[in-house]
This record gives sequence, structure tokens and C-alpha cells, in this order.
Amino acid sequence: MISLFKEKVIEFAIRSSAIVVISSLILIFIFIGKEAIPIFTNYSIRKEANLNKLFIPQKVENKYKYSWQPISEVPKYSILVLFLGTLKCTIIALLFAVPLSVFAAMFTSEFAPSIVREIIKPFIELLAGIPSVVLGFFALMVQATFLQSIFGYAYRLNAVNAGIALGFAVIPIVYTICEDAFSSVPRSFKDASMALGASRWQTAYKIVLPSALPGVFAACVLGFGRAIGETMIVLMSSGNAAIFSLNFTDGVRTLSATIAAELGEVIVGGAHYHVLFFIGAGLFVFTFITNLFGNIYISSLKRKLSGEI
Amino acid sequence: MREKVVSLFFIILSGIATLSILIIIFIILGNIVLHGVEKISINFLTSSPSHGMTAGGIFPAIFGTFALVILMTIFCIPLGVATAVYLNEYSQQDSKVVYILRLAIQNLAGVPSIVYGLFGLGFFIQFLGRGVDKIFYGGELMFGQPAILWASATLALLTLPTVIVATEEAIRTVPYSLREAAYSLGATRWQVVRFVVLPNAIPGILTGGILAVSRGAGEVAPVMFTGAAYFLPYLPTKLNDQFMELGYHVYVMSTQSPDVEKTLPILYSTVLVLLILTFLLNFTAIILRAKIRRRLRR
Repeated sequence: MISLFKEKVIEFAIRSSAIVVISSLILIFIFIGKEAIPIFTNYSIRKEANLNKLFIPQKVENKYKYSWQPISEVPKYSILVLFLGTLKCTIIALLFAVPLSVFAAMFTSEFAPSIVREIIKPFIELLAGIPSVVLGFFALMVQATFLQSIFGYAYRLNAVNAGIALGFAVIPIVYTICEDAFSSVPRSFKDASMALGASRWQTAYKIVLPSALPGVFAACVLGFGRAIGETMIVLMSSGNAAIFSLNFTDGVRTLSATIAAELGEVIVGGAHYHVLFFIGAGLFVFTFITNLFGNIYISSLKRKLSGEI
Repeated sequence: MREKVVSLFFIILSGIATLSILIIIFIILGNIVLHGVEKISINFLTSSPSHGMTAGGIFPAIFGTFALVILMTIFCIPLGVATAVYLNEYSQQDSKVVYILRLAIQNLAGVPSIVYGLFGLGFFIQFLGRGVDKIFYGGELMFGQPAILWASATLALLTLPTVIVATEEAIRTVPYSLREAAYSLGATRWQVVRFVVLPNAIPGILTGGILAVSRGAGEVAPVMFTGAAYFLPYLPTKLNDQFMELGYHVYVMSTQSPDVEKTLPILYSTVLVLLILTFLLNFTAIILRAKIRRRLRR
């Protein structure tokens, strides 16, 4: 009897802690969304910041332009400025990281002897363990000066610098997922191709890569999600200048860095506060969706290679 | 012949790609280690910053990081493991709700850490903390401000998905035959979990836990609004104290130092300490994981 009672108590404890965890995770969705909603509903906040003001150019000194100046007499909240900044950094990061990582994954899984692979793989994964503030520090103190001396552009901190530093954070993600995908292609596929007289590169390019393609997609999507939301690296290495410019060598400010830079001084409940939560909600939804797609690609790869479809 | 040349070309190209990644890692780590070791000494690790962070050590930041991570672990490991056990052993396996919960938890692991920072400030401090103050302290400011309690709770939420996913994986590697054997001997569900599932899953759970801790130790974005401070003359002793943290200290020193030249050596050493701390944790996790894989293969 006593043990039955104990059993019930323990089951209750486990069940309730699971409920606490799950509901607090759901609470994140709800709370971030709730704090973003006043932009649509609250009259006085809408006067200062509504969707038109966030996305359509506003008149400043007789010119229509996009500007992000939340702390000025007439606050301006053109999110597109920040969005463009994020896009610029992310594009550089992916252009830099994806080719390098895919080729490296191809090398370690297909061409290198297995001893080399056993050494290189954990070493590249080490990069994932470096805290992002350390990468940001490196980009700010060392890499920025180095890149400027090579390319000779005007501003030390800009989208190129931030993008490459972001790339360091993206490389281990793309590399690991691609490597796993390439390695999971059955040996028989490769043997068949080699037996037909294909070279090692032909086998890799025409057999392994197409078979593992969903994995490569997943790697890119997850790397993209990481690059969009990464905060400390861009906060430290991008120059944080909210300029609407297509030039990659100007200073930039990203969505995530804006939250990090401005949340500390914001008036709770004001328009600025809710705009920052709106940005946060956007980042949340966006990365959630990219992760969803990434995970779908990965599971479709598993099904494909195990012969279910 | 032409095919062979093309093949060789691409193999070399991919080798170069691999090599350049390795070189990048070497440069980053080498640069930090070379400049970082200069200043590291017992005195540096045990004294406080002084002269506006241009001299002195980083003891408060090390202490704060440890305190933060220990509190976070107390929150996230038991809750995470209990949730994983619930999802795997108690809930109905084929139900749609469990499937959606799993998917949501998995995807939450990739949500940017700054979003958790927003949540920590808005929910824990503004809503929960201010609420507690109103009810128990008559509106006096006790918990409605950045504090180590809220920072560690925010970090715990951030690392929970990692812990849950790792624990679930570990639990799933325990063969069903073991559970069935225990049930057939008349064991109750809790007895099966306690004596069969958990002992066999412990290494996997530990690995996940250590990885979560190492991630938590290096995160800055979620704690910068929820409790980390530029500089404090005292160590945190109460749950509603603020604290200094290594990562945040690095951020502050590299962006807001009054004298960059003088701060830089200290900054390098702080970065090195942070790196060593996270790498030690990661290595432990990697070695543990290798051990489990070897055991599984047998």
C-alpha cells in the first residue's frame, strides 16, 4: 500500500515538473507575442510606431527615407534599416561559410583517410564550443584591423567584418550536418559507382552529393537561422551604425544587435519597448520556422537513405 | 586521363578548404593563448578589477559565472530530466500532442539567445519580480530588478531544450527488453525508471547536462539585461543580488573601456580564462560521449 502511495506521489511530481517546463516554454511564445501586440492595438503607441512607420519610408526634412532613430524628438522606427543590415551580414556569412564547410565536409567524409577524419572532425567541432562573445572580441580587436589592411576600406567595423566573424559561428553547424549527411550515404552506392569506372570526385559529386542533398539543405537552413539570430558577434564587430545603405563596407546594425544595444535604456511599456519586442517576436518566429525546415530536411534524408521512399 | 586530373583538382580544392578552416581555428586560438598567458597569474585570478578595469584581476567575474551556472544547473537538470522521462516513459507514445511537443522543444533549441533575454526582462523581472514585490514587500524594490536569480532562470530556459533532447536520446538507447524484463518481474513504472532506465541512461544525461552548462557559461545576450553588472564591489550572496560574469566582462571591457591600450592585456587573459572554462566542459562531454558509444557498440 505504501509503495503504491509513493508511486502515485512520484508520478505526480514527474508529471507536474513536465507540465511546468512545457508550459514555461509555451509561455515564451505567448509572452513575446503579447508584448509585441500593442503596436497593432494600443492607440498612443500606434501614433508613435505602427506598421506604416516600421516598413514605409518616412518624411524627414522634406525627403522620404528609411531611418532608425528611436531616441530623437520624433522617434523613427524603420525596421527595414535593421533588416537590411541583418541581410547584409548574413549573406556575407553564408557566402563565406557554406562553400568552405561543404568542401571540407566532402574532404573529410570522402577523400581523407579515416585517421585524418578522426582528428579533423572534433577539431572543427571545437569551433562550435567557442562562446560567441569570444568570436566577437576577436573580430573587433584583431580581424577588423587585418581585413582593413587587406581591403583598404574606410570603416574598420562593417558588414564584411561582421559577416566573416558570423561565418566562424556558422562553419561548425554546416560542416557537422553535411559531414553526417555525406557519411550516412551507404557504402554500396559508392562502391557501385567506383566499379563502373567513375573517379573519386565523380563519385562524390554525382552520387554522394545528390543522395545527401536534403542534409546539405538542412545545413544551410540551420546555418542561416543561426546567423540571423546571433547577437554578440555582430554587436561587437558590425560598427552598429543604423544606415540604410547597400554598400557592404559601411557600418551596419542588425535586428538582434539592436535589441541588445537598446533594451537596457528603454522605458518599459513605451513604444520603443514594444517595437523591440516586435523585432524579438519576428526573430523568434523566423528562426523557429528555419529550424523546423532544417529538421524536416534531416528526417527526410534519414528516410531517403534507409529506403523508405 | 582528363577525368583523373579533374578529380585530383577537386580533391585538392576540398583539402584546401579543410586546411583553411583549420588555419582559421589555429589563428583564433593561437592569438588568444599567446596574448592571454602574459597576464595570467594567481593574483589575476583572485583579485578584483581596479582603476576602471585597467588593472587588477577578474575574481568577481569568475565567482559570478560559477554561481550563475550552478544556480542554472539546479533549475534545468532536474526539470529537464523529469520532462524527458515523462515524455518517454509516462506519456502516450503515439499521441499527436507528444509529437508536437517534441518538435517544439527541438526547434526551441535554435531560437536566438537574445529572445530569451527579452523574455527574462519582460516576464521574470517586470512581471514576476514586480508581482512578488507588490504582494510580499509592499511595492519595495526587491525582486523586480535584474538579479542572479532571474539571470539563471533565463539561462535555464535557454538550456532546457538541450537537456531534454539529450536525455530523451539517452533514454531511448536503453533496450526495451530490459524494461519488459523488469515489468514482467512485477516492477512498477517508477521502479523501472529508477532502477532500469535512469542508471543505463546516466552517461548520456551527463553529457547533455555538461554541454548545456558549457553553453550557459559562455552566453552573454540572455544575462546582460537580467542580472549581469559592469562592476560590483561585492560578491553576490543573495538571490536578488546582481553579479559579474566572464562573458559580459569581456563585452564591457572590449567596447566600453576608458583606455584600450591598458585594458587589452587583461582582456586577452579574461578571454583565455573563459575559453579554458568552456573547453574543459566540452572536452569532458566529448570524452564521456566517446565512452558511451564504445559501450553501446559492445
